[in-house]
Amino acid sequence: MSLGLFKIFISNFDIKLWYFILVSAILFCIGIFGVLTRRNLVQILMSVELILNAAMINFVAFSAYQKPESQLGTVFAIFIIIVAACEVGIGLAVILSVYRSKSTTDVSKINILKW
Amino acid sequence: MDKIIWIIPVIPVFGFVLTLFFGKRFPKAASVFTTIILGSCVLLSLASIFIFNSRGPLEITNILYVTGKYSITMGFAADGLTVMMLNIVSIVSFLVHLYSIGYMQSDSRFWMFFMYLQLFSASMFGLVLSNNYIQLYIFWELVGLCSYLLIGFWYEKRSAANAAKKAFLTTKIGDVGMLVGIFLLFFNSGSTVFKDVFKFAAGSGVSQGLLTASAILLFCGAIGKSAQFPLHIWLPDAMEGPTPVSALIHAATMVAAGVYLVGRSFPIFSLSAVAMQVVAFVGAFTAIFAATIAITQNDIKKVLAYSTISQLGYMMFALGMGAYVAGMFHLMTHAFFKALLFLGSGSVIHATGTQDIREMGGLFKKMKVTAITFIIGTLALSGFPLTAGFFSKDYILGFAYSQNKYVFFIIGIITAFFTAFYMFRVIFVVFFGKPRKEGIQAHESPKVMTIPLIVLAALSVITGYFGAWFIPERFSIDKFISFFGFEGMEPLHVIPMLIAVAVGLLGIFAAFILYLKKPMTGRNINRWIIPLHRLVNNKYYIDEIYSFIFIRPLLRLAGFVNIVDKVVIDGFVNLTGKFTIVFSKLVNVFDTRAVDGAVNRVADSVYLGGSKLRKLQTGDTSTYLSIMFGAVAVFVVSLLISIIFIK
Repeated sequence: MSLGLFKIFISNFDIKLWYFILVSAILFCIGIFGVLTRRNLVQILMSVELILNAAMINFVAFSAYQKPESQLGTVFAIFIIIVAACEVGIGLAVILSVYRSKSTTDVSKINILKW
Repeated sequence: MDKIIWIIPVIPVFGFVLTLFFGKRFPKAASVFTTIILGSCVLLSLASIFIFNSRGPLEITNILYVTGKYSITMGFAADGLTVMMLNIVSIVSFLVHLYSIGYMQSDSRFWMFFMYLQLFSASMFGLVLSNNYIQLYIFWELVGLCSYLLIGFWYEKRSAANAAKKAFLTTKIGDVGMLVGIFLLFFNSGSTVFKDVFKFAAGSGVSQGLLTASAILLFCGAIGKSAQFPLHIWLPDAMEGPTPVSALIHAATMVAAGVYLVGRSFPIFSLSAVAMQVVAFVGAFTAIFAATIAITQNDIKKVLAYSTISQLGYMMFALGMGAYVAGMFHLMTHAFFKALLFLGSGSVIHATGTQDIREMGGLFKKMKVTAITFIIGTLALSGFPLTAGFFSKDYILGFAYSQNKYVFFIIGIITAFFTAFYMFRVIFVVFFGKPRKEGIQAHESPKVMTIPLIVLAALSVITGYFGAWFIPERFSIDKFISFFGFEGMEPLHVIPMLIAVAVGLLGIFAAFILYLKKPMTGRNINRWIIPLHRLVNNKYYIDEIYSFIFIRPLLRLAGFVNIVDKVVIDGFVNLTGKFTIVFSKLVNVFDTRAVDGAVNRVADSVYLGGSKLRKLQTGDTSTYLSIMFGAVAVFVVSLLISIIFIK
């Protein structure tokens, strides 16, 4: 049903593929920016989520525009969600243990290399 | 029978070797043993006379090496001349061995003396038995070596060592000439054997110049060895050696080797009138020259040394005039009485402890045997009638007179006068008169020393009578044979004989007046006698002249060469050494800095690289993340590029 809605949506509004690609790219860049810039570990995790979502959009868009009948992109999107969920779970566990040992979530403060 | 002649030189070699190894442990036994060896040599030599008289000359030869025209042979030959020499050498050597047992008894190297005497005797025997020039030269040099060893026997004394060196070098100068002469003969005749050389010389097509040159060159060797002027300088200095050495070597045998050489080479000499003249003049001059020096000497041995030089001059001038038999005869008689005189003087020296006649006197009463034998020897030397010296000297003078060589005759007569004079001077000063120095305990010498004296005294008288018997009969130059008969004594020419005897008596009388009666004591001696005396006493300053002309420039040259050696050659060697050191230092630097440095640099670079790379591990999470994204970006870009470009 949603596929049908989607078809109607895009045929009515004449949305090209590259709009989705662009959005995905922008999101990806924002995500990368966040990973590299943020101080807080949780913020970095959230940025990683953003990157994953951007990839998901990419998948879905390509699948919708190239071969709408096979729902490959959508299926893959579910994979991505699952992976993201697991990863976040583990990531949060790691952040928790880091917080427990260092009592901080500042990424620049968890350096225990001597030099 | 021929073969036995080689035994005579070999037994003393055997004695030499044994004494060399065992002499130090058994010195007394060594001395007796060596004397016995020489005694057996005497017997063998006497035997050889009879063998020779019955069978003629003996010979054994061995050809060693032949190349083309030239051949080198070694061999022994004994003809009449050799037999005579064998007897002289063996008898005198035996008596000297006997004498030395007493004379050298307190010496620390007693046994070595006998060892050297043996070697000398062996060499002398070998010399007279040689049948070719090269072998003769070998033994000639060996004899010279023994002379060196024996003169310098007491080598701790500086003067003795120098005298030995002087003797060897001076004779060596003569030997060079002799060797050239031998080579001349060898290369022109193709052989060194006497027989062949003489045949060659007498043959046709041989130039007079060659004969003269080779004869004179051979004579050079004789000048050196027999101490003729100008190479006589070594003989007086050789008196530094022990007296038995002087008796054996420098009176009787080695110095006679030169005369023997001329005698042996007589066929060559007689073919060259020039060479004969040279020999005669050198001989005559030496005779009178040495006699004048002998008058002024105060050392008893030096008087005898100059006397020897003078008498050798006599022999040479006899040979030079062509009186072969007379010359050889005089050689034989002289050997005996000169050895007697030397041994007698040794007895005197042994008793008084001094060699200066001015410190002796009145010894006749205390040393009867020595004195009497010494006087007999002196009479023989002076040519007193009925002694052996009378016969031999008068043969020579008679020959000169009859051949109308009046110059030589007068020189000979004057020399005879001087001879009588200086010898009797010694006798009157030493044996008569009052002792000149107190505290001299003179005593007669032991029997080992006096017996040889007595024997030699007897020989000095007897040899005159039958000595002529030894002289070789078969000799190719006939005119001299016809002059002297051999079966009996030829009547001597009366006039020269009377003149010679008169002159001798005059000499004795003059010595008597001057030295026993002492008429000149306290009187003003003529003013020019003193510098003349000084001139003659200092041997006419010949040694000084030689030193100035030859020795000092040579020493300067040697000093110069030494400096060159030290500065240039050693400097060069040192420079090379220093260079090597510098070079090795350089290499060391290279090793430490370059090689070790390289190794260190490598390690350092690893370390540096490591320390730089280590910085990658910042521990900063955001850095890690950025690198990770960067790598991904690079990867994607490259992928894109590859896709685009491959498309």
